[in-house]
Amino acid sequence: MENLEQLVQEGLKAVESADSLQALDQIRVEYLGKKGTITQQAKTLGKLSPEERPAAGQKINEAKGQVEQAINARRDDLEKAAIEAKLASESIDVTLPGRGQDLGGLHPVTRTRQRIEDIFSRAGYSVEQGPEIEDDYHNFEALNIPGHHPARAMHDTFYFDPGTLLRTHTSPVQIRTMEKGKPPFRMICPGRVYRCDSDMTHTPMFHQVEGLLVEENVSFADLKSTVEEFLRVFFERDLKVRFRPSYFPFTEPSAEVDIEWGREADGSIKWLEIMGCGMVHPKVFEHCGIDAEKYRGFAFGLGVERMAMLRYGVNDLRMFFENDLRFLRQFR
Amino acid sequence: MKFSEQWLREWVNPNIGSQELMDQITMAGLEVDGFEPVAGEFSGVVVGEVVSVEPHPDADKLRVCQVSDGREAVQVVCGAPNVREGLKVPFAVVGAVLPGDFRIKKAKLRGQPSQGMLCSESELALSENHDGLMELPEDAPVGQDMAEYLKLNDITIDVDLTPNRSDCLSLKGLAREVGVLNSEKVTAPAIKPVEAVHSEVPDIRVEAPEGCPRYLGRILRNVNLSAATPLWMQERLRRSGIRSIDPAVDVTNYVMLEQGQPMHAFDRDEISGGILVRWAKSAEKLVLLDGQEVELTEDTLVIADHDKPIAIAGVMGGEHSGVSEKTRDLVLEAAYFEPIGLAGKARHYGLHTDASHRFERGVDYNLARDTMERATRLLMDIVGGEPGEIVEVASDAHLPTAPVIELRAQRLNDVLGLDIDRETVEEILTRLGLGIDKLHKDGWQVGVPSFRPDLAIEEDLIEEVGRIYGYNNLPVTEPVGSLGLSVREEATRPVSAICNYFVGQGYQEAITYSFVDPKVQELVDPEHEGIALANPISSDLSVMRTSLWSGLLKTVNHNQNRQQPRIRLFETGLRFEQTNEGIDQQPMLAGVVVGNQNPENWVNGRRTSDFFDVKGELESLFRLLGIEVDFIASAHPALHPGQTAELMRDGEHVGWLGTLHPQVQKKLELNGTILMFELFLNSIVTGYVPNFKAISKFPEVRRDLAIIIGSDVAFAQVEHVARKHAGEHLTALRVFDVYEGENLGEGNRSLALSLFWQHPERTLGEDEVHERFNGVIDALGEELGATLRS
Repeated sequence: MENLEQLVQEGLKAVESADSLQALDQIRVEYLGKKGTITQQAKTLGKLSPEERPAAGQKINEAKGQVEQAINARRDDLEKAAIEAKLASESIDVTLPGRGQDLGGLHPVTRTRQRIEDIFSRAGYSVEQGPEIEDDYHNFEALNIPGHHPARAMHDTFYFDPGTLLRTHTSPVQIRTMEKGKPPFRMICPGRVYRCDSDMTHTPMFHQVEGLLVEENVSFADLKSTVEEFLRVFFERDLKVRFRPSYFPFTEPSAEVDIEWGREADGSIKWLEIMGCGMVHPKVFEHCGIDAEKYRGFAFGLGVERMAMLRYGVNDLRMFFENDLRFLRQFR
Repeated sequence: MKFSEQWLREWVNPNIGSQELMDQITMAGLEVDGFEPVAGEFSGVVVGEVVSVEPHPDADKLRVCQVSDGREAVQVVCGAPNVREGLKVPFAVVGAVLPGDFRIKKAKLRGQPSQGMLCSESELALSENHDGLMELPEDAPVGQDMAEYLKLNDITIDVDLTPNRSDCLSLKGLAREVGVLNSEKVTAPAIKPVEAVHSEVPDIRVEAPEGCPRYLGRILRNVNLSAATPLWMQERLRRSGIRSIDPAVDVTNYVMLEQGQPMHAFDRDEISGGILVRWAKSAEKLVLLDGQEVELTEDTLVIADHDKPIAIAGVMGGEHSGVSEKTRDLVLEAAYFEPIGLAGKARHYGLHTDASHRFERGVDYNLARDTMERATRLLMDIVGGEPGEIVEVASDAHLPTAPVIELRAQRLNDVLGLDIDRETVEEILTRLGLGIDKLHKDGWQVGVPSFRPDLAIEEDLIEEVGRIYGYNNLPVTEPVGSLGLSVREEATRPVSAICNYFVGQGYQEAITYSFVDPKVQELVDPEHEGIALANPISSDLSVMRTSLWSGLLKTVNHNQNRQQPRIRLFETGLRFEQTNEGIDQQPMLAGVVVGNQNPENWVNGRRTSDFFDVKGELESLFRLLGIEVDFIASAHPALHPGQTAELMRDGEHVGWLGTLHPQVQKKLELNGTILMFELFLNSIVTGYVPNFKAISKFPEVRRDLAIIIGSDVAFAQVEHVARKHAGEHLTALRVFDVYEGENLGEGNRSLALSLFWQHPERTLGEDEVHERFNGVIDALGEELGATLRS
């Protein structure tokens, strides 16, 4: 039994020097396996008296336990080292750029148009579309702009033939929507419009959003709040808004809307014309078969490019249609 | 309309400054576009008199003058051609500062001392005119400060009038408006009839009273048109942006500015017989005052004599009958031309005159006589002459009648959202010069004066009340209305969702013009003819696009020329096609892709996008939309013949995907392999609403096979046959390898497929699967000649 202690010491030493899980396993077999040297010590118990056996057996068990514990501890160490080595070998340079598809972007005009649509949709306005090649009736006549009207000169119109043209505003969509439906209406009509004009501040195509609300009891005061609120929501600040009497053939009363946009040299408010609006002209209702005594309406219209220019600080209208990627990418 | 503030203040002079005045009229709806001082800033310039003129000893073009500044005469060297003894001129003395901070100092010109400078109009920034010295009237007080003499402490205000406010195209109208806004009295110049001193009258016949309901003429005999227009009148004209021509033209322009009534003066000797107001005869010709010869159309109203037209009514006079320095007798015209008949006529002849601008918008139909008297008086003051009686031809049947409009108090309040008291309304209407004919319980009967042709219906009056009350004083309320929910189909995706999908796939949205270059369109879509604009802005924007590709490819070109090798663009918008039923305007979705599939990166990042990259992106889109689309090998004139797919949904054509044809690409000067697609949006946006199916608890079985098959057999055919024979429990079929190589024999390729089966209610037996699998193999062999690859 003296060499039990020696075996344990040898075993512990061997465990200590095992440098791999396989070596450790071999040591386990060598000492603790069925034919392991410590296990084999149990055979010596038979030579002992029954009184001595329990104590000797216990000693053997203790010896086994001691080695087993050492093996387990060593295994944990080796496993941990192995994982660490693996992790170390797997380390990457996380600062290298990621791979895959780049992100594109919406055109700033679309981005602005969607923002306007979103603002009005939340107030229950529907978004209506219509043809861009229009007839004279829907673009002019129905909007109280007969052929001889001086306001026609305000619209430099692209024609295909005397009765067919490119819409100069999205108002004909309002006419078409009113013709089809029954009041009340709450709609906005975004889209491309065309004017035969091209210079620093005009492109022959641009975008408008026109809005229309037709209900039984609606007034200029409601129009004012709608326009003011829209402008504050759009620009996300509490800017000053003023209404100036103006003239559009399809509204009466009519107004131009100015917003506060900086200060003049003398400290007074610098006003910037931003949109037009007014109460729907009875003639327009008449053309759409709506009783102007029962219903009233207000309408407003604005240029999307202008809003985008103010919002994003774009200083050249023409850039919107050059579609230069270096320009477009700034709005994604 | 430009006018001098000083002039306006002679009519009405509210106690407010210039800026406040301009703000006020802007806020009343007469938008002030801008203002400018009537002269440049200068000091030290006085009325000078040229006492003597001697030639310069050493310079042919210079003169040595003695000029008096009122106290003393000094020597000034001057090169102006019109310098002469006795001439009164603006004289910038030594120490004067002219516009542009130009200081006048003692100088020597070619050896002769010069103390000061004689000025032209342009040197004082009065006008562009630098032909010679500005000549002042003989009675100009020598020594008086020029700014004081010309009353230059004034600004020209430019108002941008809306077409309805023709009443403000005159000082009279503007003054009336300013008077209303400030509750100030307006003082108009007194107009007294001029007594006739002879009995000669023009012979006037109006054959077209519908176009000319009122025509007035008067003869002014023995005038002296070589007389000069007085400086005060020249200055007022100048400050209104009108050049002085001769006394007759100046006076007619002056009264037009003052009263708003355009007039015309004819040379009586050039009128053959008498005056006829009639519609032009077809192909009649007339040389206008601007020297242009026009061929008249029958819908043009003309003033004619017994032989020929002498003016386009309300637009421009003829050259022949125009006045000149030699004219002895004048025939003055003041008329009311009907606006609708006149509308667009000036534009038709490429003209736009002060007269046509006013007549088209509507002139006060009761103004002609007063203006005639006013003009006669002013003319006689300048050119002398003997006036005759005024002849007036008027047709009451054709003259407008003053409308009486009912204004309901309730309606007024409802429209403006305002509770306004009756006194305020009445006060506003009265101030505007409107007649309140009959007061009644519910509102007013409002008589509209002839100077406000824009007021025709109740809403017009409501606007007037709101305008004068002040739009910004009107209340602000939130609209109330029903809160009904609107319908939106779940199966239909909004276009914005599609746009966002492409943005996620790395596409940049473009917006290109709807009109394109016909040459590009011919290349891109030769089978459809673009609808041509009658008045395009330029030839490269002259036809409506039949495909969005034209604009997108031009955009590719623009960006490739700016060192952008990787371009992924999409656009949505209408394309236009002439069909037998009319013009078809279809919303489209199109895209172009060129360059690397991914942005260049550090692993395998330089692979160029190919057909299958874009096809994969479209397939994902279709999954997003919940639709099934087949890609059928096909041909399109703009696309590579071997790389073109027609997209079909349930047998309906929905679009194209392909590689741009190399020849088209070359002609468009584009680089790289360009992939393009275009889809009919309306055909793809509606998919389905998901419908739940129970998930099978039983295992899925996979079998792979590799076949060798003719390269001309499309994968779609293989899939079709395989699916047909794989039975109802086939859940998926995938292709995981495509290989072409010499070892397969020419014209062959190998396809490796995996098939997946699963039964919803039980485990599939090995035999069942085996039978199906073999069935697929046999069918591929029998129907398509495929053999198993060993």
